[in-house]
Amino acid sequence: MFGAGGGTSAYQEVEETDLVILWGSNARDTHPIYFHHVLKGLHNGAELYVVDPRRTSSAKWATGHLALDVGTDIALAHAMGRVILDEGLENRAFIERATTGIDEYRAAVEPWTLARAQEVTGVDAALIRDTALAYATADRAQLCWTLGITEHHNAVDNVRALIDLALLTGHVGRWGSGVVPLRGQNNVQGGGDMGSIPNKLPGGYDVEDEVERARFERVWGAPIPPRKGLHLSQMFESMERGEIRAVYCVGENPAESEADVAHARKLLTGLDHLVVQDIFRTATAELADVVLPSCADWCEYEGTVTSSERRVQRVRKAIDPPGLARPDTHIICDLATRLGHDWGAPTAEQVWDELRSVSLNWHAGMSYARLTELGGLQWPCPSEDHPGTPTMHTRLWERDPAARGKPAPFAGVEHAGPLDVLTAEFPLRLTTVRTLDSYNSGVQTGGYSSPLRRDEALCIDPADAEALGIADGERVRVVSRRGAVEAPIRFDGAARPGLAFITPHFSEQVDVNLITNEAWDPQSGTSEFKATAIRIEPLPPRQESLVADAERQERDVPDVRVPVAGS
Amino acid sequence: MTTIDLGTIRRLVSVTVDDVEHRVPEGATIMDVLDGAGCDTPRLCQAPNLTPVNACRVCVVEVEGSRPLVPSCARRVEDGMVVRTDTERVAHSRRMVLELLESANDMSQAGDDVARWSVEYGADPERYGPPGPPAAAGERGNRHPGHHAEPDGETRATVAQPVTVDNDLYVRDYARCILCYKCVEACGTDAQNTFAIAVAGRGFDATISTEFAVPLPDSACVYCGNCIGVCPTGALKSVAEHERREAGIWDPDDETVTSTICSFCGVGCTLELHVQHNTIVNVTSPHDHSVTHGHLCIKGRFGFQHVQNL
Amino acid sequence: MDLRLLPDAPTDVERTAIDAVVPDDLGSTGERRDLLLPAFHAVMDAVGWISRGALGHVCERLQVPPAEAYGVATFYALFSVTPRAPRTAHVCDDVACAAFGGDALCAALEERLGPAGEREDVTWTRSPCLGMCERAPAVFLQRAGDAAQRSSTIDAGPEAADGLGDHQQIAPADVTTVLEGLGGADVPGPDPVVSTPQSRMDRSRSNGTRPQELHLLSRVGIVDPADLDSYRAAGGYSGLRRALAVGSSRVVDEITVASLTGRGGAAFPTGTKWSAVAGSPDPDKYLICNADESEPGTFKDRVLMEADPFALVEAMTVAGIAVGAHTGYLYIRGEYPAAERAVRHAIEAARHHRLLGDDVMGSGRVFDIEVRRGAGAYICGEETALMNSLEGHRGEPRAKPPFPTVAGLFAKPTVINNVETLINVLRIVAEGGPAFAEVGSGRSTGTKLFCLSGVVARPGVYEIDMGTTLRELLELAGGVPDRLRTILLGGAAGTFVTPDQLDVRLTLEDTREIGATLGSGVVLCLDESVDMARILRRIAGFFRDESCGQCVPCRVGTVRQEEALARIVRGREIGDRKTELQLLTDVDRVMTDASICGLGQTAASAVRSALKLGLIGENA
Repeated sequence: MFGAGGGTSAYQEVEETDLVILWGSNARDTHPIYFHHVLKGLHNGAELYVVDPRRTSSAKWATGHLALDVGTDIALAHAMGRVILDEGLENRAFIERATTGIDEYRAAVEPWTLARAQEVTGVDAALIRDTALAYATADRAQLCWTLGITEHHNAVDNVRALIDLALLTGHVGRWGSGVVPLRGQNNVQGGGDMGSIPNKLPGGYDVEDEVERARFERVWGAPIPPRKGLHLSQMFESMERGEIRAVYCVGENPAESEADVAHARKLLTGLDHLVVQDIFRTATAELADVVLPSCADWCEYEGTVTSSERRVQRVRKAIDPPGLARPDTHIICDLATRLGHDWGAPTAEQVWDELRSVSLNWHAGMSYARLTELGGLQWPCPSEDHPGTPTMHTRLWERDPAARGKPAPFAGVEHAGPLDVLTAEFPLRLTTVRTLDSYNSGVQTGGYSSPLRRDEALCIDPADAEALGIADGERVRVVSRRGAVEAPIRFDGAARPGLAFITPHFSEQVDVNLITNEAWDPQSGTSEFKATAIRIEPLPPRQESLVADAERQERDVPDVRVPVAGS
Repeated sequence: MTTIDLGTIRRLVSVTVDDVEHRVPEGATIMDVLDGAGCDTPRLCQAPNLTPVNACRVCVVEVEGSRPLVPSCARRVEDGMVVRTDTERVAHSRRMVLELLESANDMSQAGDDVARWSVEYGADPERYGPPGPPAAAGERGNRHPGHHAEPDGETRATVAQPVTVDNDLYVRDYARCILCYKCVEACGTDAQNTFAIAVAGRGFDATISTEFAVPLPDSACVYCGNCIGVCPTGALKSVAEHERREAGIWDPDDETVTSTICSFCGVGCTLELHVQHNTIVNVTSPHDHSVTHGHLCIKGRFGFQHVQNL
Repeated sequence: MDLRLLPDAPTDVERTAIDAVVPDDLGSTGERRDLLLPAFHAVMDAVGWISRGALGHVCERLQVPPAEAYGVATFYALFSVTPRAPRTAHVCDDVACAAFGGDALCAALEERLGPAGEREDVTWTRSPCLGMCERAPAVFLQRAGDAAQRSSTIDAGPEAADGLGDHQQIAPADVTTVLEGLGGADVPGPDPVVSTPQSRMDRSRSNGTRPQELHLLSRVGIVDPADLDSYRAAGGYSGLRRALAVGSSRVVDEITVASLTGRGGAAFPTGTKWSAVAGSPDPDKYLICNADESEPGTFKDRVLMEADPFALVEAMTVAGIAVGAHTGYLYIRGEYPAAERAVRHAIEAARHHRLLGDDVMGSGRVFDIEVRRGAGAYICGEETALMNSLEGHRGEPRAKPPFPTVAGLFAKPTVINNVETLINVLRIVAEGGPAFAEVGSGRSTGTKLFCLSGVVARPGVYEIDMGTTLRELLELAGGVPDRLRTILLGGAAGTFVTPDQLDVRLTLEDTREIGATLGSGVVLCLDESVDMARILRRIAGFFRDESCGQCVPCRVGTVRQEEALARIVRGREIGDRKTELQLLTDVDRVMTDASICGLGQTAASAVRSALKLGLIGENA
């Protein structure tokens, strides 16, 4: 946010706030322990508003549930912004002192009358208005989001529209007021912080910043490419153009997790060389030329991860890794040696201390000893006497302009609906969702026996099923512009007419990414998993599940952990 | 500028415990004072991450001005409070609570502390006669409040009953259940807010139950296991632990506990991996960590099978 | 709240019954847990048990998790979560009834209907004290279904108010009347004057040994309990008029000066409670009238409510306005259908005449009363358990502090008073605190009601000045019974006293001096013919049944007490009598010292005194 890619608030703040908005987040199921903090807030008297197309378990705790149509978030946010401006409830002092671009923002939201927003989003105008007023008039408010905002072709615009609301109301940079992106995976935050995104160096420094890059080059004793690299979606485009011919894939399973996955598999298969380093023999590993078995670092080696409140915490070895599996850093250092660079055999702490030596602002003060003693530290933590930073951007409230620093810009983005538009041919909106007991492509959670787990099914509203003449439990063919899968139907109260949903957890049952949209956000590289246009076709009798069987056979990949060393 | 939460500003109050004066922050419990003073105060229903229910009464102390004894876990100190822990009355009540529980429950997995207190206070559950026959599965849950068969006194009533195993993740061994309410609190407003279980029935026939005693998979249970995390007697435990104990391969002497961070989602919950013979046997979380307060979700507590090297 | 409900749907009858007691608009959260008991009663009254579908519908309407609702439903003896005969006779076999026809009636019903609870159409079951001890044996008929629906559609009146089901009390009961009642026949209620022999005496002035001026009972038998005008003609509502005239702080002062103490058993100074709540800055406060009279041998509050319900409504109004509460809850025992009908009718009439509502008696003051029916749980007479019950939680007592005056009902400052305590308020408002305090002595001021039962000539409720001796009280009721062996004074939570202690003055202080208590005013007289072992085992069994189960000393202690008593009675001691007595003493001490509430703290009281007096065992 405002130059630093992390949430602004500590979890504890949501316990001590007056209003919580979960936008595109079903934290009850996907971030259960964060939701514990939300519940404490509710028990302390806070109100909850949930923006989600589905009636989720989170929404059932809400005072207001804004069940918008998939991909209309910016329209909704702008309508709220317009209400706040019309009512004169914007935080004028804050806007004046700590932001720029309010006029552009005003212009951007101007077209979004309540009437138009209701038409576009499907949310009742009165509820939009109530939510806007509640957010603007709350003394403290937390605005949280997850993949419902970011798995869109315009993910960054979505995020910026929400941040604009926080700037408009001054709900940022104060204890209890902030914006919190809840990270989908345990170290999304940390991975980015360490520089494993194409445009950043460790510690959040821009790779195109000459001065900082020079500093890193001095410490590392090697030149760094001066321009930002490719993100995952761009890599696949590059593969398609035949430019990237070799891939070293660490801890990612794109052969299963990419949108329009059939296309992704084809590209991976066509590479000259594919190296996969993973703890599992994943579907991607099955395509690899070389597989490097690695440790599950969270329990078989050591290191740190960083959470959604920017808290860096240590992971430790509890059990021995299987077979020849080795820590990622050991593999990488050995690889470096083979490539002619002797990086030695650093311990995890030595690797960390090297990071601290370059990440001056965020991590320099986080010694292993302090991380252990304090149960983690929240960045920025520039020195060993710094307590860490639970709440970020408090500077925006400073009276002294020098201390206040660079103002936060309004974005004033434009609304753009999902690229995969609904038509008579593809009349239903499919969105992907996550369940409480499963995780991503299910590689890790498939291992334990969850009593909550149900067979995968396409969940739809009974009204849609009735219109199509489909029964609960019936197997159907789900067709998108990219492909088709078979799936059983389940009636589900969380769906609503026109909206279907399915999880990404059980590709062995329903390979949903065969039909999702690979269109990606040019700014973040995230694919639009959340909005696919589909139609549902009854299966012709007798022909049932032939396709599915064939597909299953084709990718009959064991998920059990088997030693893969040397393969 | 950095904002650090200082909590509520509290003044200090003066409390006398066994003739020694202590200055403690207002709002502290008597137990906080006793713990600070190094007293070995027995406790069963108390947990630092749960609201005190003061149901077990084993932590009682004398407080000047109060006729009945006072549960130290729940009572907040007041300025000038005079507390005694070293009296015969206190010792008697503690002994009797332990004795009564042992007379009705299987306390063999309640841990070393309970075993020590039992010896120290001299609990003698056998003086109530031999234990009566165990109840059939589900029978205790069907008793009607306000009615019971008149006993002849030849045997002592117990809560013995078969173990309930109705799912793959945890068992409920209610012969060990002392109705401390911790699991209900953890399932309820103190943590999970799922409310899958509650106390049902009344008096000695009260049980921890789902609605109509349906199996857990039919209930609202989401298998966070936070009930297991707070159970003091082994009434609730993982299937993994239960099976190891049944098979005679449970080996606490070999157990190591390692702190790490959960590999799922981005919340960053601290896990304590309990490992026996290079196998994870249980997962807990420290009650004093600001992220989890000791509570986890199903993935964090049970989702480790993919790294088991079996 | 993300509730997950079982898939079972309610029947139409269940749904209709539940929806009738749940308002359509439940406010922003949609949670109204406090309506849980009314909703369960509605289901019980309609179909006689609470099915999965019914419980699920209640949970959905009130947004209560089903496991918690189940925990509440299974807490109460009058609710059943398994199919039960829609017509059930609850037969009292408790201390005051067992030896006086209760046991015999149970035997007769078993012969006619088979074992308790067995038949599916009509059945019978044993019950703890039903509060009709003066007319033993007592029966409570719980009748669900068609009859209930029929009666609830009749225009409101004392005989059939809305949603009351068709429950009836029969006392004295015989097998024929009970079977007729189970068959659906109406059972005529008794003349309340039967229950207050002094009323007869005063009117006839012929038979009393000592004409006693009645205050609490002054209108019993004189006013028509269904007629507000009749109540007004007897001086009714002059107290409220005076209270409004002198103002709230003056009323609270008078109560304090009067030294009125609670008449439910704990004898806490009423003025202290009132002052605390009146002085609280919290704008939301509550008054509760504790009409959950369940102490075995106690029936005074029932008689007051049946015979003089307007007095209670007026007294609650005075109290509510004095302490600044806008709502008063009247929590009435579930086994008291006649009293409930009477007070509901009185409340309706008072509301109609603007004696309740948003402009009480034209004063601009706001006060109204909601009636809540208990469901068979002695523990709910404990004030904090009652509050939990009212809020829709299990009737488990709360830790104190905080006391109800600070954090009571819905965590708001709350005054909770017993029925008799509140009726005293009318006299204090009329005559002033000092005049009230002149009667009696010390903390024991004013008059006190006693419930005489057992082997007395004229059982019933008696009103005497504090300080009257036990002997004088017995003489009012026809003299000291022949062959009197012992008197249970104060209830099951009280103590036994012996014929040589009859000259004790009935005050808090004097009874304490002999190790006894006034308790709730029980005076149960037992002679040589009564099986004391049976009485004691019933008392021990009562506490085992009525323990809520929350704390270990009471939950397990009451079981062990009953078992040890059984061994002693049967001569099957473990060790010898001495070891058993030591065991009982040990259990007694932990219950008394370490239980959460008064139930556990007094659960050994009667047994202890009986053993001390040698009423059972080898010394008997």
